[in-house]
Formats: sequence, structure tokens, C-alpha cells
Amino acid sequence: MTKIAVQVDDLTVAYNYKPVLWDIDLEIPEGVLMAIVGPNGAGKSTLIKSILGILKPIAGSVTIYGKSYDKQRSLVAYVPQKGSVDWDFPTTALDVVTMGTYGSLGWIKRPRQKQKKVALEALEKVGMLAFKSRQISQLSGGQQQRIFLARALVQDASIYFMDEPFQGVDATTEIAIINILKELRKAGKTVIVVHHDLQTVPEYFDWVTFLNVKKIATGPVKDIFNDDNLTKTYGINYKVSIQK
Amino acid sequence: MSNAQIEIQLIASLVAIACAIPGTFLVLRKMAMISDAISHAILPGIVIGFIFIHGSFSFIDDFVVLSKFKQFLIHNGLESPFIILLASFTGVITVVLVEYIQKTGLVKEDTAIGLVFPALFSIGVILIAKNANDVHLDVDAVLLGELAFAPFDRLIVDGTDIGPKALWIIGGILVITVGLLIAFFKELKLSTFDKGLAASLGFSPVIIHYGLMTVSSVTTVGAFDAVGAILVVALMIAPAASAYLLTTDLKKMLLLSIVFGVFSAISGYWLARWLDASISGSITTMLGLLFLVVYLFAPSKGVIAVLYREKQQRTEVSLLTFLLHLKNHDEERERHVNHLNEHINWQKVRSKTVLDLALKNNMIVIDNNIVSLTAKGDKFTTQAIDYIITNEDAQIEDMKDDFFLFRG
Repeated sequence: MTKIAVQVDDLTVAYNYKPVLWDIDLEIPEGVLMAIVGPNGAGKSTLIKSILGILKPIAGSVTIYGKSYDKQRSLVAYVPQKGSVDWDFPTTALDVVTMGTYGSLGWIKRPRQKQKKVALEALEKVGMLAFKSRQISQLSGGQQQRIFLARALVQDASIYFMDEPFQGVDATTEIAIINILKELRKAGKTVIVVHHDLQTVPEYFDWVTFLNVKKIATGPVKDIFNDDNLTKTYGINYKVSIQK
Repeated sequence: MSNAQIEIQLIASLVAIACAIPGTFLVLRKMAMISDAISHAILPGIVIGFIFIHGSFSFIDDFVVLSKFKQFLIHNGLESPFIILLASFTGVITVVLVEYIQKTGLVKEDTAIGLVFPALFSIGVILIAKNANDVHLDVDAVLLGELAFAPFDRLIVDGTDIGPKALWIIGGILVITVGLLIAFFKELKLSTFDKGLAASLGFSPVIIHYGLMTVSSVTTVGAFDAVGAILVVALMIAPAASAYLLTTDLKKMLLLSIVFGVFSAISGYWLARWLDASISGSITTMLGLLFLVVYLFAPSKGVIAVLYREKQQRTEVSLLTFLLHLKNHDEERERHVNHLNEHINWQKVRSKTVLDLALKNNMIVIDNNIVSLTAKGDKFTTQAIDYIITNEDAQIEDMKDDFFLFRG
């Protein structure tokens, strides 16, 4: 039996006493490339943020490989939504990628040559080495997303959480990103992606979770990515042509 | 220069540096207004501390603990640190109150700030008015400070004069601020840029936030005595806002803020002497002028640079439109010089600019008033159109330096 990478039990999260996630039970097996899909306001980002301890749930618990997130931080990398930061911040692409090493450094210690080298390698991997000294506001949307991905890669984690990595990127970047995610899966990593484009789910992912405040379904794409679950999640009669 | 003059400039400069450091992060965190709130809300803390130490109130003497504490502070020369800590605490309380009101979701942050600090400030003003006879504090001094008098209040240790008290206070605060900045630069940068990542990596953004708020409060209190409530805000925000327009590197931004702060402090002092006006008012004026100059003339983010760039971009789009027109039409009628005015509907000046630009770059040749693309012009047009359609960067990377259109 495969190990469970992330286990979520009875998770309820509320903003101002209005639940945005209600009693979520979820097991994510090790080594899957999973999409979280659901309509706007379904709580997809909230789910990720709660797993990562950024938001405090009002009930329930989360474990990463059987232990609390605080103890397993080094196993987890996170790519927030691109719009969650100010891209006019005075810093360079290389510097942003280096931030991925801060977790392993801990408080006070500064990044040195070793951390810089790791960051440069990650930049190369996402095809952004030529832009390392570019101020981040001078990058296109796709390039900014690649920088975020590179920053997650330097964390050298076992589990990657990504909040809409394909938002506002061009086709080339989308393919480059999904190829890297597939490589991660091949290397035995678990990758969890908040995703919007339902058409590409069967092509990109092997595991899927349907979410709309409550969990609708979770499992292998080939078994559960069907009109029935889509209709339950999105509330309208949904028909997609599923390429198998 | 007399000793007092040097001391005043030194105090003003140290205050400027101590303010520029937290100010840079406040500007980047879009929290400039918080510094305004803190600078006003610390007043009741200062007044209560002042009254406690210097006032004569029977109720303090009635409580043994309080009067013993007071004796202890005075005996050990800790009056100033006590007042600074008490006032800083009021500053942090302000931030907590603002966030609490905001969290209820009933009012927005700016409204919450506007509600909290005038309330606290007015408590301070009333306390001053009610105790004016007992304590030496007045509202003018609160607003604008008393930098000119700073050298008169000396710190005497074992009978030796070791300099103005204000210099030691702000110097001490500055040492702590710089120490914290060096130790936690990485954490400050990360949590300012990306709170979510900071939290997920275990660098609590809440701790860093309140750390910054505490430093801002302590600095504000330390500077308050010398420069007053209004100049503190200017010294925190204006140098950082100017530096922001000039650099894309956080360390350089900090350094520039410090340089701007010190420059304004010293030049402001001499302006005040020349005008025979308030020192803090003159420093603030210099800060304003400095920002205005940077705002207008900053090389890439300044108003003039932006206007110039927009004009260039307009010309370049026109150039591309023109080149594309040439590429699409073989007929001579469509490529006649006069046709530009008639058909593409451009003014004479614009047509001439575009023609000149294309000629200068060897993209066209004009033969008998008939315009044709050169090989270079043809290649350029193809590449440019490709870029606009596919929006891919790689193939035009080398063209970016020549043309504004492809930047940003």
C-alpha cells in the first residue's frame, strides 16, 4: 500500500464565522500529481493554506506523513498565487528564488554561496537563468510564475502545494511548468495543484479532488473525473469530453 | 560651528537614520499611515509617564508600590527609558486596536486608523492641558519638537557632562534598530514580500509584524522629543518613498533612505538658520523638496521619464504600423510618401517623425517618393509582429535595448 502523504481530518475553516470549508476528510497518497478543482469560492486556496498552517481552522487536524505540519515543514514547498505578492517590490529574480532556501537556514542565518548556487540551478531548470538579475516587475506574468516555481524547487521538498500556477501564463510556460511537475512526480514527489482549466485535468493530472465547501470526491482521474462529479461540484449540468 | 550647532545636526541626523530604517519597511508594506497613527497615539503614554515622574500627585504617594517604583526610577536615572517604554507601549496598543477594529469587518483599515489615533492623541492633549502647571510640556512642542533646545538638556554622569540627553537616547535606539535590522534582514524582507511563504516556512509574520511595530514605536518616541509628531512621520515616509523611485534593490533602498534623511536633516538645519524659522519645519520642507525632485526626475520611475517613454512608445507603434503597411502592400500608390498623410490619416509632423526614424534605422529606402522596406526593415517587421502575436520573449531579447515597445 502506498503511504499517505497528507491526511486531513474533519477540517472546518471559517472567515468571520462563515464556513468556507466544511468537515473535509482527505487522504492524498504519496507520489500523485493531484488537481484540486471547484468553482470560485469553493475554498481551494483555503484548503491549501489551512494544510500549511497559514490559516487556523476552527476544527479538525492535518498531518503530513503522520506528523503535524510544524514538525514536517522541511518536507513541504508552497507556491502562492502570483497575485498574492507585490511584484513592484525592490528585488531581483535570483533573490526571490533564494527565498526558498530561508526555511532550511532558519532564523538569523543568511544565505551564502551554497544557497545562491542552488537558486541558480533552479533558475536554469525553469529556463530563467538569463533573467536572474532582472527586477521582478520587469518580468512577464509567465516568467514571474516560473520564478515562483523555481523558488519552490530550491526547497527540495517531498510535497509541493501550488495555488493556480497556470493563471495568466502563456502556452509555452504552461507546458514548461507541467513538464516540471511531471518530473517531480516521476521523482516520487507529491504535487498538489489548485487548477481551473477542467479541459486539461485528464491530460495533466493522475489524481483529482472535487471541492465545493465540502469535499465532493477524491481519487484517480480515470475513475472519478466524470460528468456526475462535475455536476455535483459546479451545480450545473456539466459535459466534458474526457480524453483517456 | 559652535558645539551646540554640531550637536543639533548630529541629533537630527541620527533621528533621520533611525526613522529611515523602519520607514523603508512601512512604505514597502503599504503601512505609511500606521506611522502617522503611532506618532500621535504615543502622546498619552509620554504625558502619563511624564506626570508620573515629574508631577506631584497624592495618589501616587498613597500607593506604596507606585511611589517605590518612582523612587527606584529616579534613583537609577531611568526616567527617560521608562517614559520611552510606556509611550512605545501605547504605540503598539494603537496598532492592536486598529487591527482589532478592522478585523470586525465593519470598517476598513484607513477608517480604523482615523478612529483610533485622534482619540488617543486627544487624551494626551487634555492631559497636558489639565496638568500644564505641574509639568513642562506644551502642545507646540508636541507637534513640532524642540530641536533647538535639545543641547541644553545634558546627560551628567558622575558630575561629568557627556553630551545632550537626546543624543544618547536616539543613539541608543539607533544601535538597537541597526542591530535588529542586520540580524533579521532576511526575515523582514521575506515577510514583507511574501507573507504566505514566510508563514509556511515557519517565520511567523505576526511576530515580525509586531517586532517592526515595536521598533517603529520606540523610534517614534525617541525622535518625538527632538522633532515632534509631524516630522517623525515625514522622516519615516519621505526618504523611503524617494528611494523607492530610484532603485530596485532593497539594500540600496535602505541606504538611499538613510542618505536622504541625513541630507534633509543637515540641509534643513541650515535652511532654518538662514530663514530664522523652525528647524523641524525646515527639515520637513527639505524632505518635501527632495521627494518632488526625485518624483519628477527619477531616471526610470520619475514623471518625466514616464512621459518620455510613453511618447517613444507612441512613435514606435506608429513606426510598426507604417512598416506593416509597407509589407502588406506592393502597389506604388499605397507606398507614396503623401499617401501616409491621406490614407493612414496621420498629421504631417507624425508622418515625418516616423519616416525619419525608419530612415535613420535603415529600415526603408525612398526612391522618387516611393517608400520600400529594406531587408533589415522586412526582418524587423516580421519579428515584431511575431512577438506581438505570440508574446514570446526569447527571439527579440536583443531588440529590447533599441526599442521601448518591447520592455515591460
